[in-house]
Amino acid sequence: MIEIRWHGRGGQGSFTASKLLGVAVTLYGSKHALAFPSFGPERRGAPMQAFTKIDDVRIRDRSEITRCDYIVVLDETLYRQELLSDLKEEGKLILNASRPEKYQEQGGSRIIALDATSVALEILNRPITNTAMLGALIGVSGITGVESVLEGMSHFLKGSLLDKNRQVVSRIYDEARRLQDEPTRIAQIR
Amino acid sequence: MGQRAFLCGNEAVAEGVRLSAPHVIAAYPITPQTVVVERLAEMVEDGSVKAEFMHVESEHSALSASMGASAVGARTFSSTSSQGLVYMAECLHYASGGRFPIVMMNANRSLALPWSIYGDHRDSMSLLDCGWIQVYTEDAQESLDMVLQAYAIAEHPEVLTPVMINLDGFVLTHTYELVDIPDWEQAREFLPPYETVNKLDFDAPKNMAFSSNPGNNLEFKLRQHRGMLRAKELIAETDGRFQSIFGRSYGGLTEAYRCDDAELIVVSVGSVTGTCRTVADELRNEGWKVGVLKIRFMRPFPEEEIIAALRNVKAVAVLDKDISFGYEGTVFTNVNSALSKAGAEILKLNFIGGLGGRDISKDHIREMYRRLQDGLDGIAQENVQYLGLGVAIDERG
Repeated sequence: MIEIRWHGRGGQGSFTASKLLGVAVTLYGSKHALAFPSFGPERRGAPMQAFTKIDDVRIRDRSEITRCDYIVVLDETLYRQELLSDLKEEGKLILNASRPEKYQEQGGSRIIALDATSVALEILNRPITNTAMLGALIGVSGITGVESVLEGMSHFLKGSLLDKNRQVVSRIYDEARRLQDEPTRIAQIR
Repeated sequence: MGQRAFLCGNEAVAEGVRLSAPHVIAAYPITPQTVVVERLAEMVEDGSVKAEFMHVESEHSALSASMGASAVGARTFSSTSSQGLVYMAECLHYASGGRFPIVMMNANRSLALPWSIYGDHRDSMSLLDCGWIQVYTEDAQESLDMVLQAYAIAEHPEVLTPVMINLDGFVLTHTYELVDIPDWEQAREFLPPYETVNKLDFDAPKNMAFSSNPGNNLEFKLRQHRGMLRAKELIAETDGRFQSIFGRSYGGLTEAYRCDDAELIVVSVGSVTGTCRTVADELRNEGWKVGVLKIRFMRPFPEEEIIAALRNVKAVAVLDKDISFGYEGTVFTNVNSALSKAGAEILKLNFIGGLGGRDISKDHIREMYRRLQDGLDGIAQENVQYLGLGVAIDERG
């Protein structure tokens, strides 16, 4: 089972990202998935988590995720080094950071930092990075093909918002793929 | 074949309601049930559900309106949760006594005080005696499918009893997963239109929702009780018919998982059953003879199934997401009563956990099996234990 935990603030779309991934791997892939938010009230700006569990077989265990294959942090202010101890041995933390190089020493190859906010601002005109970080996750992990994500996005996004978010995903995905071949694994995307 | 979709439990229930072709929907939104009300309102608006959506000012009114609609022979749906359910308490008894086959979803959530919007079973378990059939589902698919099955059971002329479909708040209501949405034609084949003589009818006038006196009240209540008992036979039958059309089956009042040669069994209700199954699989791989008995219906209570599944095992742990204050978990009381009648000499322990949304982890379930084994090995066990509390307490000393 692949277990992913999304960290963001209310209003940043972490839960939507977890659902978009779920749609991609189930309806446009051949896997099973559960996508759920940290249970509780949704308050704008408050730290929240979302979860995606992915497996080849039906997932029965609905308990919370404590050991993650991937932790995706949408908001840099929510990053703390202790998060790394929640990763499985080969796990990775994917971080949205304004200066990605800052994290090079902290986590080594376990942290993959990208400036998703700049891309979101450029394409969406808003600092909403959920789809960008989904693209980054897919690029880094190869959990599913980027095409399945781009197709699946139509289930939760419509119109020009869908088009623009597809651009965001494609852009970051390519960048993240490129990062996989670089030793430093940091990027300043412009 | 139906259509595959990635839905949350609330949305799956809304799809089940759509496919049941109700005439009237009356519900008041409350976390974590709100989404089912929103989806149904949208479906009525866009015409995919040809029902009257009654906007009401409270849960008490929602169920009162549902009764009024049901009393003219309309297929009626409502939904609620927690404080809303207990606000309906008066109407719950009214609806079952009036033999109105309303189907209602309840998103299981804790009861105040302390205020909590998170899940546990205290809301519905505290209303076990209100005369409603109570089913607890494990995933979104079962939730959708049970809406269709619930109408088939509730509306049967020998049952005429309302059904409460319980989904664990958030864990089921807010979790998105793969769901197969059945075809409209198949749903029609499974669930014919509601026909009843128990309705206000100008051509056949009758007295409904009347008063009783000491000379006849017991007879009415006995008939109501027998209607519920009749449902017991009908539940497995309905599931069999459902399987022949849709290819999915949930068994009867209970579902036994790896229980055949099991020595230690955990009895569970609702979505935590999935975690129990996963742990049972792991322990089986380690050589333990363990199983899980999922109770699907708390009313009518599956006494015979429980005795059949558990009478020859060595030890049973009953997992409750509720406390009957001053005693023990309600599920445990019911299971213990059944096993006692069978005269079974089994170690029985009650584990209370998951209150107010606390996570029940695989480690917790593992611990339950281990405590059963410890008990069999002569290590004294408290009768009631609390998961995740950190200390063991037994009020009965």
